[in-house]
Amino acid sequence: MSFLENEMFLLALTFTVFLASRLLQKRTGLVFLNPILVSIVVLIAFLSFAGVSYETYSGSCRYIDFWLKPAVVALGVPLYRQLEAIKKQILPLLVAELAGCVVGLVSVVLIAELLGASREVVLSLAPKAVTTPIAMEVSRAMGGQPALTASVVICTGIFGGMAGFRMLRMSRVSSPIASGISIGTAAHAVGTSVAMEKGYRYGAYSSLGLTLNGLFTALLAPFVLELLGYAV
Amino acid sequence: MILQCAVLFVFMALGEFVVYATGIPVPSSIIGMLLLAASLKMRLVREMWVSKVADFLVKNLGFFFVPAGVGGMNCFGIISDQWLPVVGASVASTFLIIACTGRIHQITRKYLSGRKHELFRE
Repeated sequence: MSFLENEMFLLALTFTVFLASRLLQKRTGLVFLNPILVSIVVLIAFLSFAGVSYETYSGSCRYIDFWLKPAVVALGVPLYRQLEAIKKQILPLLVAELAGCVVGLVSVVLIAELLGASREVVLSLAPKAVTTPIAMEVSRAMGGQPALTASVVICTGIFGGMAGFRMLRMSRVSSPIASGISIGTAAHAVGTSVAMEKGYRYGAYSSLGLTLNGLFTALLAPFVLELLGYAV
Repeated sequence: MILQCAVLFVFMALGEFVVYATGIPVPSSIIGMLLLAASLKMRLVREMWVSKVADFLVKNLGFFFVPAGVGGMNCFGIISDQWLPVVGASVASTFLIIACTGRIHQITRKYLSGRKHELFRE
């Protein structure tokens, strides 16, 4: 076994690459140099070049993966800090979220079908707007491929985080609460991390959007997919 | 820091317990998040007990997704076979979600606050 497969080396590499990617974006100010995207590309290139398998890599990086769940629990704090604002407009929030969830599921399935995706790919794409743990569960339950879902989910999150605020301007959405929930609904926790940088309120509303869409998708996806002709 | 982590992991465990006991198909971390927000609201937990670790994790949320994203290297085959539907559907659907959610929220809010004003006038 070469040193390149050493657990601590791979962990150190992951931290360093992310740190450098963040610095790169700060220095250049370019939106498309998203640190998550740059890190993933650099690490994949390194692993392929060095001949280290993903299984070896994920074995050592399970310590980072592990914090995903506690980090989602931690989103309860920004959520709590915005509760008063949320309570005042609970109805518009629920209506918008429900619409976002159904539009997301239906549009991704129909467009993928139209462009010639196989049944397995359609089912893997269906939950792509929600956070990785939920999306993978929905995908598995419906007969998709969880690994494919995970990578599409992360790419969608990065794309939504990078282009989301421009899309909001194009759709003439301006209020912080509408912007925040839209980013969270379409681009889950990765979008939320971008929204957090834009401002704490955006981030808090975004975590609300990802929560509601996560819940709605987990609950509604089986029925919506059945209506679209994808019964389990 | 021990107190901070204790609170966080208690809610993580509560989330796991709810899923274990009821079998609902919702991830335990989402349940933990909702329980934490509710407990803060009901003053069962003070914000200062958990805010340090929570702010740290939330601020660095993106980093924790890197290893899962690297996992995409195992899906190169299927993605390169069907890249058009995968990319096309994801991009178009993301735009539709953002436009619909945002517009519908603004319209519903305007409509409801408009009705409220009418009620006040009458």
